[in-house]
Amino acid sequence: MSTTTTRGVAQPAPAKASPARPRRGLRGNPTFNFWLFTGPFLIGLVIFVFVPIGWSIWLSFFDARYTVTPSHFIGFDNYKQILTNSNFPDSLLTFSVFAAFIVPTTWALSLGLALLVHRLRFMRAFFRSVFFLPTAVSYVAAALIWKMSIFSGVRFGLMNTVLGWFGVENIAYLANPSPPWYWVVIVSLRLWIQSGFYMILFLAALQNIPGELYEAAAIDGAKPGWQTFRYITLPQLRATSTAVILLLLIAAYQAFDEFFNIIGQNATWAQTPLMELYKTALGTSQDYGAGSAGAVILSLLICLVTLIQGKFMGFGRGEEAK
Amino acid sequence: MSALSNSNWNRRNVLQAAMGLAAAGGLAACGGNTGRSSGGSGDALTQYFHAYGEAGTEQAIKKYAAAYKKADVSTNWITGNNFESALFAALLTKKAPDVFEFHPQLQLVKSGQVADLTDLIDPVKDDFNPNDIKSHTVDGKIYGIRMIDDPQFFYYRKSMFEKAKVEVPTTLDELIEAAAKLTTGKVKGVFLGNDFTAIQNVIIWSAGADTINANNEIAYHTDGVAEGLKQLRQLFTSGNVLLDAPTDFWDPSSLNQGLCAMQWGGMWSMPAMQQALGDDLGIFPFPKIGSAGKQSVYNGGWSIFVNAKGKNVEAAKEYVKWLWIDQKQYQEDWATSYGFHIPPRTSIANSATKLKTGLPAEGVKLFTDYGHFDNIAYDQTMQTAFAEVIASSVRKNGNPEAALDTCDKKVNVELKKLFG
Repeated sequence: MSTTTTRGVAQPAPAKASPARPRRGLRGNPTFNFWLFTGPFLIGLVIFVFVPIGWSIWLSFFDARYTVTPSHFIGFDNYKQILTNSNFPDSLLTFSVFAAFIVPTTWALSLGLALLVHRLRFMRAFFRSVFFLPTAVSYVAAALIWKMSIFSGVRFGLMNTVLGWFGVENIAYLANPSPPWYWVVIVSLRLWIQSGFYMILFLAALQNIPGELYEAAAIDGAKPGWQTFRYITLPQLRATSTAVILLLLIAAYQAFDEFFNIIGQNATWAQTPLMELYKTALGTSQDYGAGSAGAVILSLLICLVTLIQGKFMGFGRGEEAK
Repeated sequence: MSALSNSNWNRRNVLQAAMGLAAAGGLAACGGNTGRSSGGSGDALTQYFHAYGEAGTEQAIKKYAAAYKKADVSTNWITGNNFESALFAALLTKKAPDVFEFHPQLQLVKSGQVADLTDLIDPVKDDFNPNDIKSHTVDGKIYGIRMIDDPQFFYYRKSMFEKAKVEVPTTLDELIEAAAKLTTGKVKGVFLGNDFTAIQNVIIWSAGADTINANNEIAYHTDGVAEGLKQLRQLFTSGNVLLDAPTDFWDPSSLNQGLCAMQWGGMWSMPAMQQALGDDLGIFPFPKIGSAGKQSVYNGGWSIFVNAKGKNVEAAKEYVKWLWIDQKQYQEDWATSYGFHIPPRTSIANSATKLKTGLPAEGVKLFTDYGHFDNIAYDQTMQTAFAEVIASSVRKNGNPEAALDTCDKKVNVELKKLFG
């Protein structure tokens, strides 16, 4: 780029610097503006997140039955109780298995849906909406529909009606744990309600992959389809995949709504860690100490799993991987 | 540019508008659910009720509250299946209810959450069912007023019994046989609730055992109970039990819609069942289990309590005395105008004409002859532990003895916490 000079042409006099004067309000003080906009959220974060976390840790060392302001310090007794004389450890084991299944399944389904709607040439908006809309449905509402309408054990339940056409007898999907049909109910609900959200994340990532990469690959002889997907698309989605898997893992351990409404609290199977803590702290026992101890253990476990996952998949190193 | 963006808003306008909205919000918040058409006087009290299924109950509770002139009583009618969670959580806050309904529970007394109502009940103590007084008494003090007694028993379709040539069962073996004979292509023999927890106490009593004994020790762990659990497992897997019904035992729909021939249920369902089925309806207690067993009926129900940590304890006590001791017409209305319940006051029970003849009178007789009342020391944690016995040994084919052993550990921890 060339530069030009304007010799002989009178240059306008530089504007006289206006005398410095204190500027008030929104435009004048960046620090003030920063706190004005972030302060309320920070206060909310402290009051509704950090204080409860701290309080919960404090409660976990006290005998806090029927009170959240206890005075009797009992050390690690609550941790001992929740780990030895409750169903909490079983629920952690169950949900590690559940996470091991639901995370890759949801990942694969949402990626598949994203690839599908990404390549659509017609009615693209319609299909994106169709797959995304279940995300807007609450888990409670969906759970009740699944339980009372689709997978009801009586003859006029939707699934039993369909099976009846083929001569299959009514199935009690939820009351009878053997065989464990309840997983079909839970997993189908979770896939239906979750996949659309993660599909959108993958879709955004797919749209960010430069077309030149595919063109260059085609020139180099790469075949479209699996080869392109394996060596270009998938590596380019690494950062998004890592984030999606992380979110899915946390969601699996934090599962509550659909299990609470579909399985209920009176089963000894498919009780999520949060349901066990809910029963301990808020349900029948009102033991806020033991419940808090369980919450601390669960939080540490989620942190641990996240760190391990980050270690293996390189969370935050997505840009470097490109 | 839109017309909206043309308005001359400045920061002062925005502040004024925000303050106006806040004030409007505050005024709107004042519009509590008092049940009154306007205003009121005296203290403001809040009461918590779980949502009863019978039509008209919510309006009735609000009508009673509105008739009380010494305080503004607002009603929190809690729907869904988390009444106790909502209640317990609220009791820890400054917005705790002054008055709430629940079941007699020792931990509520020990933790100082419920007020001593002995002085209110003493003058009329002799008019209450003695078992209701007993189930609310700790160390000679009475901590709640029973509002209604709710016997639970089996309902059955007489026509289906006649068609299948089945007699009313008096033992669990006979019940299992009857369920098999009554099961057809579209009708299951029996409905015991979706997770069987509705019958968990009567299994114990029908096997001749008890929940906990007079010395506050485990009394449910007997050979008879273990045998009963095995028989129930046999029934559960027989294919003759209605499972995963759209509504649970507390709702009359399963029997009314012809999904089953026998249904465990409460006396509150009787009017709705009679309306749907007419005279084609009978009742019987839970059959006895084993040779040492005896038939039993669970006398559930609801009681009213005053929050001892509330701001208006005296006003709340005055209100519950007014409604649940003085206002006999409301107590009878509450017990007999919606679902059927048995009034805990003998004088009201004796005068309740709707309960004097026919099936309601049979219900009252079963209540009297076979009824078992709540034990205040057998708390929610222990009940949950026994629910897990049902889940493990009946629904999941676990060993009943092992399930009872696990339950014992949890119950003993709880007993130790309650009694040292």
